[in-house]
Amino acid sequence: MGSNCPGCGVSLVTDTLRQNAYVCTCGHHFRIHADAWLAHLLDPDSWQEWWADVRPHDLLEWKLPKPYKDTLASTAEGGLNEAVRAGTGRLGGRLITLGVFDFRFVGGTLSIVAGERLARGLEQAATLRRPYILIAASGGARMQEGVLALMQMAKVNAAVGRLHQAGAPFVSVLTDPTFGGTTASLALLADVNIAEPGASIGFTGARVIKQATYTDLPEGFQSAEFQLLHGQVDMVVARTDLRRRLDQLLRLLCR
Amino acid sequence: MSEDEGLSVWQVVERARHPMRPYAADYIERLTLDFVELHGDRLSGDDPALVAGLATWHDRTVVWLGQQKGRNLAERVAHNWGMMHPEGFRKALRVARLAAKFGFPIISLVDTPGAFPGAAAEERGIASAIGTAIMEWFQIPVPVVAAVIGEGGSGGALGLAVADRVLMLQNATYSVAAPEAAASIVWRDNSRKVEAAQQLQLTSGDLLAMGLVEEVIAEPEGGAHLDPDLAATLLDEALWRNLEPLLGLSGESLLEQRYDRYRYIDSLVGADPRFGPKVEPR
Repeated sequence: MGSNCPGCGVSLVTDTLRQNAYVCTCGHHFRIHADAWLAHLLDPDSWQEWWADVRPHDLLEWKLPKPYKDTLASTAEGGLNEAVRAGTGRLGGRLITLGVFDFRFVGGTLSIVAGERLARGLEQAATLRRPYILIAASGGARMQEGVLALMQMAKVNAAVGRLHQAGAPFVSVLTDPTFGGTTASLALLADVNIAEPGASIGFTGARVIKQATYTDLPEGFQSAEFQLLHGQVDMVVARTDLRRRLDQLLRLLCR
Repeated sequence: MSEDEGLSVWQVVERARHPMRPYAADYIERLTLDFVELHGDRLSGDDPALVAGLATWHDRTVVWLGQQKGRNLAERVAHNWGMMHPEGFRKALRVARLAAKFGFPIISLVDTPGAFPGAAAEERGIASAIGTAIMEWFQIPVPVVAAVIGEGGSGGALGLAVADRVLMLQNATYSVAAPEAAASIVWRDNSRKVEAAQQLQLTSGDLLAMGLVEEVIAEPEGGAHLDPDLAATLLDEALWRNLEPLLGLSGESLLEQRYDRYRYIDSLVGADPRFGPKVEPR
């Protein structure tokens, strides 16, 4: 974490920032990762992780520019366990199933393991008619797993359909950044879609759009506020207010 | 008909994109006599990158969907090079619901570099249009057969290829992203497209080996563009071979099998043995 806030330029005190869920007093939301999300949202000691033993493999034998095998080995050494963690926990005492993306693991990309953990969580929530909460942060589908990664969009969305048919509530929280195959699969299909202030959310990244169409993009293009304006999310909620807002929504949806 | 012609991966990509390659409308024209095109997503517009309509085929009414690239510059502009906007995915599902109402089977011909990567598509919700389409394909209780006839590019292809049987023409490609886009993501340099293509495993043989498609449809010697009539005949036979066994199935069992097809789609790739149907969900 840098020593100055990119939002306001003021130098930061880590402890103060941590106490404020990594939101600067100016409102800038720093990216946080799966463990910090679980600590922030869930009742203490309520997290129970599922399917952590399902692990990725270099099925395509991807070599360049960096062997995928090495990428997997180094992320594992860093203590990371894939781009999606799945499990159950309590929020305001209520049992929920969660899928939490971790952007540190190959950019939070949708992979076979990520898709498998999401689908199993969604199926569990459907079967038990339990609320499902998604925290999204993803660059899209993982190139190094090729078309197998693309297929996860169908695997996961099939399960989202079953969740809806079962009448289980689904709330999606889109954080910075959420793009590509993740935005175009489950992240916008919830009963209520919530975006974090200032988060970049879209399908095609701005760099690619500029290259493909030779156009400049307006200020705030693909921001959370842009997606609110264009009808893709229901609300933009500050991280410091999110737990209260989720609790309120689940109370209204679980009757 | 050709067997393995020893093409490089990039040569296959070039064949899939060959400017004279038969497009969806060329096949529909050869396979049907009474095609009636339907327009519009009933929400805000019509997407010319997707041709949709009804036609008699093998003595029954079939709903046809096809991504259409366009042969010359004027046509390509008109069809947006086969790159769909949100309206296209919404139109596909609107026509699929029509098929469901009457119990008509659906044939989808996939040929796109990807969904349109532009500001207008983002403003009108391309991501949720694709996501919703993918989810709703699992709720269309009639037989669906998809064939990748050229380029199967990314989510733009998958949005039209959630089916009970997925086929690929011999020189078609199906990829998580176009090689240029993949190169731009992993190298930040889209000129590494050939190396990206070599790694993506995007040829019909690759997909068949991974268990992601049911059948590879042979093309005329040298590629479909050299004999579009023969290519159309071979496509016709393969579509019927795959559709016919589905016609007797109930909607319920179609949907169950479609769910399982994608839920366990990676169980054949020699992955972790704990993947796939061996594991009870929960």
